[in-house]
Parts: sequence; C-alpha cells; structure tokens
Amino acid sequence: MIEFHLDGRSGVPAYLQLVQQVRQAVRLGILRPGDQLPTVKEVVTRLTINPNTVLHAYRQLDLEGLVEGRRGVGTFVSAHPVPPPPGDLKGLRSSLDRWVGRARAAGLDDEGIAALVAEAVRPAAVSRVA
Amino acid sequence: MSAGVAAVRTSGLGKRYGSRWALRDCALEIPAGSVTALVGPNGAGKTTLLHMVIGLVEPTNGDVEVFGRSPRRDAREVLPRLGFVAQDHPLHRNLTIAEMLRYGRKLNPSWNQQLAASRIERLGLSQKQKIGRLSGGQQAQVALTLALAKQPQLLVLDEPVASLDPLARREFLNAVMEVVVDDGLTVVLSSHIVAELERVCDHLVTLAEGATQLSGPIPEIVARHRLLTGPRGDVASVARVHDVIRESHTERQTTLLVRANGHVYDSCWEQHEVDLEEIVLAYLGYRPGNGASTIPAREAVRA
Repeated sequence: MIEFHLDGRSGVPAYLQLVQQVRQAVRLGILRPGDQLPTVKEVVTRLTINPNTVLHAYRQLDLEGLVEGRRGVGTFVSAHPVPPPPGDLKGLRSSLDRWVGRARAAGLDDEGIAALVAEAVRPAAVSRVA
Repeated sequence: MSAGVAAVRTSGLGKRYGSRWALRDCALEIPAGSVTALVGPNGAGKTTLLHMVIGLVEPTNGDVEVFGRSPRRDAREVLPRLGFVAQDHPLHRNLTIAEMLRYGRKLNPSWNQQLAASRIERLGLSQKQKIGRLSGGQQAQVALTLALAKQPQLLVLDEPVASLDPLARREFLNAVMEVVVDDGLTVVLSSHIVAELERVCDHLVTLAEGATQLSGPIPEIVARHRLLTGPRGDVASVARVHDVIRESHTERQTTLLVRANGHVYDSCWEQHEVDLEEIVLAYLGYRPGNGASTIPAREAVRA
C-alpha cells in the first residue's frame, strides 16, 4: 500500500502530486501489479483534501494505463503498467554520482546543479505535456 | 461534476443597509455536489451573502435560489435541506451537549439523533459536558454536528476555521471532507484566506467590496491565468486579446497577471504558471475598468 503526502508549497497541483507519487512508487517497485491504491475516502481523510482531487488523479492514472478502477471494488495497479526499470539503473545512478561530483568540483552549488538538470530534462517534459 | 441543478443561484442579488450596499448585483452559481470557497476581505459582503442564502436576511433586490427555490418564500421546503454554522460557532455556553442535541431534535423534523450521538462519541466527548467547558475546536465540532444531524443537502459554514488553531482547523475540515465523501452534500465555506481552504475546495467565488469577481471551478481558474514577464513595453497588444488583471512595472521589466483567452503566442513575454492565492490577491486588488489596483497594497495583502 502507498501512503500519499502533499507539499503545499511546491506549487505542483495536488492532483498531480498524487499522480507523480503513484508513478514513482510503480517505478521503484513499491507498488506492484495488482496492488490496490487507497480508496478515495482513505486519501481524503488522511490528507484532508477535496474528493474530486483524488478522483482526478485516479482518472489520470487510469488514462495513462497505470491503474485500473474496478467499479465498487477499488483502484488497482495494472498488470503491465510501465516498461520494467532498465537493468542498468545502477549504472546510470553511479555515472550520475560521478557527474554530480564533477559539477561540485567545478564550483556548482545544489541549486546550480538542479537548474542544469532541469534544463537538460525540459524538452522531454514539454513534449509529454503537449 | 457541475451537472444537474444548481445548489445556489443568485442573480442581481443586492443588500443595502441604510445608504451602504453590503452586496451588489451578485450573480453566481454553485453546482450541487461542489465544495465552494467564498473568499474576500473582511467586510466584503460574505456573511451578508450567506445570510441571504439561508433565508436569514431579505434581499434588497435580485434573487437567490437554493435548489431552485427561494429560501424565504419557500422556507418550509428549503430550510430543512440547509445546515448552517455561523461565524465563531455560537452555542449556549451553559447548556450541556445533550441539551443542545435535544434542542436540535425539537426544532428539526429531519433530525438524526443517532448520527449526532455517534459523532459526539467519536469526538471523544461526553454528552454531559457543558458547552462552555469545551475547547474552541470541540465547540466547532459540536456546532458542525448540530448542522449535520439535520441531514442537510447544503452545508453553509461562515468563517468556520478562522478562530481555530492549526490542529483544530485540520480536524474540522477533515470532518467536513468525510461527510462530503459519504453523503455527497454541497458545501459553501467562507474565509478571508484562500490558502486555508484551497485543498478542500473545488470551486471558488471571490467577493470584494460587495461584488463578485471570480467564480468557477478551481482547476479552470488556475489553468486560465498566467504571469507574463518581459521587457518594459507595450501592454496594449496583450490587453487586446487577454484580460490584464494586474500590471506592474520596474524600470526595465513589466509583469502582467492575465486571464488568458486562448494561448499567449507573443514570444517577447515569458510565461509562468501562477498559483491560486496569487490569482485571488490580484483580483481583490483589481478594479474593473482601469486595470490597476486602487485598493492600498496593505489591504490587498491582508485579504
């Protein structure tokens, strides 16, 4: 089971935060195919948010094929939600660590590193939204 | 979400006290099943509007309908469908909870005593306790219990959390959200702080100086507004297509908060998303007609 949390200051809409947390949990294997997501009521009373926010998030995840809602039963992680994490996740991580080391050595602080990463990632993000 | 009959609909609604208009020409629609935040600075007319919705105050002009009926002319049909918690949840301090519940049962034909009793128990309260001895948060919860025991279809809460500490505030809103999930009732809550209500509401109405400015589903409101920054220059080309809600200038830069009518194509403006609180603040300082704020900045920030 996944436990949602909300960051009120992030500027990311609440529904999108829920969507991202499910995507992330699936990617990291915290949520597996067949796992049930919390019911709308559970999320609403845990986070004190509007039910429509949760419904919106679950609908979006359903559209993405990541979960499927079964009427009167609940919402479940789909059988084949996303391509499995690449085998070389570890390799990517360690090369990123090396890159971060180089960036720090070059005098970049955390904010500078984050800005550079965001810039490198941005084209992909834009095409996903469009 | 917004299909079906409106829970509340007003048109040309106004209330004058002596020579002062507390509310003027107010037109809005609150869909059934929505949770609506009514936001505006103190004295904007929020309480006057809510009092006309629940039939406590007679409009000077215009109409208000609750589920298609007048709360004053058709009081017998409308009032049982309404739950109301007044500002600062006034209760009789010398009565016990049991006595308050007995009162409620006598006055309301649709009273659900079991619902009331089990809510009081879940709050960890005893019916023998005197209202005056309860904390502010507990009093708010008892007031909410009294309103819910009527089994209303529309719950109207006037500044429900303004006087509560953060924990009691969260607990109160949580209780409201739980009923929304269980019973799908329509809720209207007022506040002078939008951030307080943002996560629990799906619709927003803003009021300032007795007039409505912004009204609709929150995701649509957020999606339509943008902050544009660019070199200081020609605002007119933007204003021809989009509604400029607020503009500010420095020597070299112009910043605009706009309600976009379609896409903003002009490449000399950098576009940013803008959060709900920022949008509301811009509206509360906004005068239709001349664009710029005429309310003193301090006033707008406090709102």
